[in-house]
Amino acid sequence: METEQKRFDSGDLPALRRILCEQGLLSRPDGSASWIQGDTSVLVGIYGPTEVKVSKEIYDKATFEVLLKPKIGLPGVYERSREQMIKKTCEAVVLGTLHPRSSITIVIQVVTDAGSLLSSCLNATCMGLVDAGLPMNSLFCGVTCALDADGNITLDPAMKQEKEARAVLTFAIDSAEKKILMSNTKGSCSVEELQQCIAASQRAADTIFQFYRDSAHRKYSKW
Amino acid sequence: MKETPLSNCEKRFLLRAIEERKRLDGRQCYDYRNIRISFGTDYGCCIVELGKTRVLGQVSCELVSPKPNRATEGILFFNLELSPMASPAFEPGRQSDLLVKLNRLLERCLRNSKCIDTESLCVVAGEKVWQIRVDLHLLNHNGNIIDAASIAAIVALCHFRRPDVSVQGEEVTLYTPEERDPVPLSIHHMPICVSFAFFQQGTYLLVDPSEQEERVMDGLLVIAMNKHCEICTIQSSGGIMLLKDQVLLCSKVTGVKVAEITELIQKALANDQKVRKEGGKFGFAESIPNQRITAFKIEQATIDTDDVQEQAEEIIAKASPPSEVLANPVLWAPGTAQIGEGVENSWGDFEESEKEEEEEEVAQDKSTTDDQTMEMGDTSVGNQDKKDETIVLSDSEEEDVIILEPEGAQKNRTETSYKQDIASKKPVSKKK
Repeated sequence: METEQKRFDSGDLPALRRILCEQGLLSRPDGSASWIQGDTSVLVGIYGPTEVKVSKEIYDKATFEVLLKPKIGLPGVYERSREQMIKKTCEAVVLGTLHPRSSITIVIQVVTDAGSLLSSCLNATCMGLVDAGLPMNSLFCGVTCALDADGNITLDPAMKQEKEARAVLTFAIDSAEKKILMSNTKGSCSVEELQQCIAASQRAADTIFQFYRDSAHRKYSKW
Repeated sequence: MKETPLSNCEKRFLLRAIEERKRLDGRQCYDYRNIRISFGTDYGCCIVELGKTRVLGQVSCELVSPKPNRATEGILFFNLELSPMASPAFEPGRQSDLLVKLNRLLERCLRNSKCIDTESLCVVAGEKVWQIRVDLHLLNHNGNIIDAASIAAIVALCHFRRPDVSVQGEEVTLYTPEERDPVPLSIHHMPICVSFAFFQQGTYLLVDPSEQEERVMDGLLVIAMNKHCEICTIQSSGGIMLLKDQVLLCSKVTGVKVAEITELIQKALANDQKVRKEGGKFGFAESIPNQRITAFKIEQATIDTDDVQEQAEEIIAKASPPSEVLANPVLWAPGTAQIGEGVENSWGDFEESEKEEEEEEVAQDKSTTDDQTMEMGDTSVGNQDKKDETIVLSDSEEEDVIILEPEGAQKNRTETSYKQDIASKKPVSKKK
């Protein structure tokens, strides 16, 4: 159960929930990461580059396969659409041309959904790709913003905040130029609000990229 | 992707080691791997780690109408999924033999042993009962899936709380967790599966085989037992003959192992409950050891979004206004309108291309009809007279085209169409 967190603890500033990430926790996949953001928790396992089915083979680049597994029941339309979003984001970032005629399989398991699921999946995927050691031209992260009735922006909303929000916007942002790789919006918002959310997400992305950096720094600190 | 096969030397090495009573991971024959149980923030959610094998369990419930022949019993549903995350050999959504076998064994272990009181899941007899769904996801496959899955299933069931309901007359009220504390399921006993791998036709026996050991084993014996040493299920697979003594030995070992595991489960459950009661931190986040070098954590981070508004305004101000939309379409002829400015038709000259096609067709027709005219002789002449009739009778598209064609082409065309239509146009042939 999500405890009501104090979100505006320092003045009026929106905040990201606590982030915890563990890499390489599964022995079978080539890369794996567990990403916990607030109470939302996802686990990702990546196999690749490996052999590909002939029917899916692309002669000049790697084939991406993304599987998003819900916790209860079988994957449906919602999962399929999210899979496509994550797949396209990965294709934009990973240097697939270095591994032609091979497949990169990304399996994402939802462990707990307590809001900002898509952005958590994106973050977990990026950490997984880093752990698998796949060449990428930049890192990426996902940030979710919720707009309430008054137009206030809440970053990284919890489930309850997401439900009460007028609009929920999720962006994937790359680390090199802080540009938008993917965006997904639900609800209505004005052009101005959209730009505000993008700007806020870009600020939040800095924090997440710093987290990636510190995490990698810690991981390789004893080499 | 296919599973990487185990090479012959690896197989021989493993078997030789087993003959010398040694195991690759340094365990003794009857040793179990370490079991670690962690709970999620939701009720009925747990991850069980058996060595490196990892299973995620989640229990959910739903009010449904009962099965007609079991009007007062709730429904238990088990679903084990072999996620491709666990091993590249597992394909998504495929019902492999292994999966069917594991699911069935799990059902026999937990449902048929009547460890859950299904009658307590009844709300209104014959109308509303609880359906308890147990979803198990294999996250990492390192051998002995069934033991890990059975532990995960029973732990998740013990941890689960269903919403409280009350019945007043015909009315069923469902209470949210805030209104009334959710109630746990009533569990009579906890059956746990223990696997034994047999090698060299049953000469050697190992408890809790790892993935590599599973690949070289000859047979598998799975015994499900509760802590009162009551056997719930027993299954031998792989086609080896076991002696009575071997089975008895295995059941004795199972009794010891099940007692140990049950104690561990109860300790884990009590620990989680204590933390929840005290209002401490719980969930998977707390179960990741923070000292681990591969794990990293930051506390809640505030983001400075002070000048976001100005930034957004700036972007919008800089952005070029959207191009003007041409509102009034140009009406060329009734039913044909144009939107946008004088764009050339890029579809090419229709008449020309049509002519070309026709010429080609004529050429083809000539070659195909040559021998046909020879065969039919007079009929082709008679046909010319009756061509009006042919057109009238026909409903094929080609006939319509004929009217527009020049004379020479028409002649040939009618012949071909005649040939085509012979079968379908009985009236014409009758006239002849």
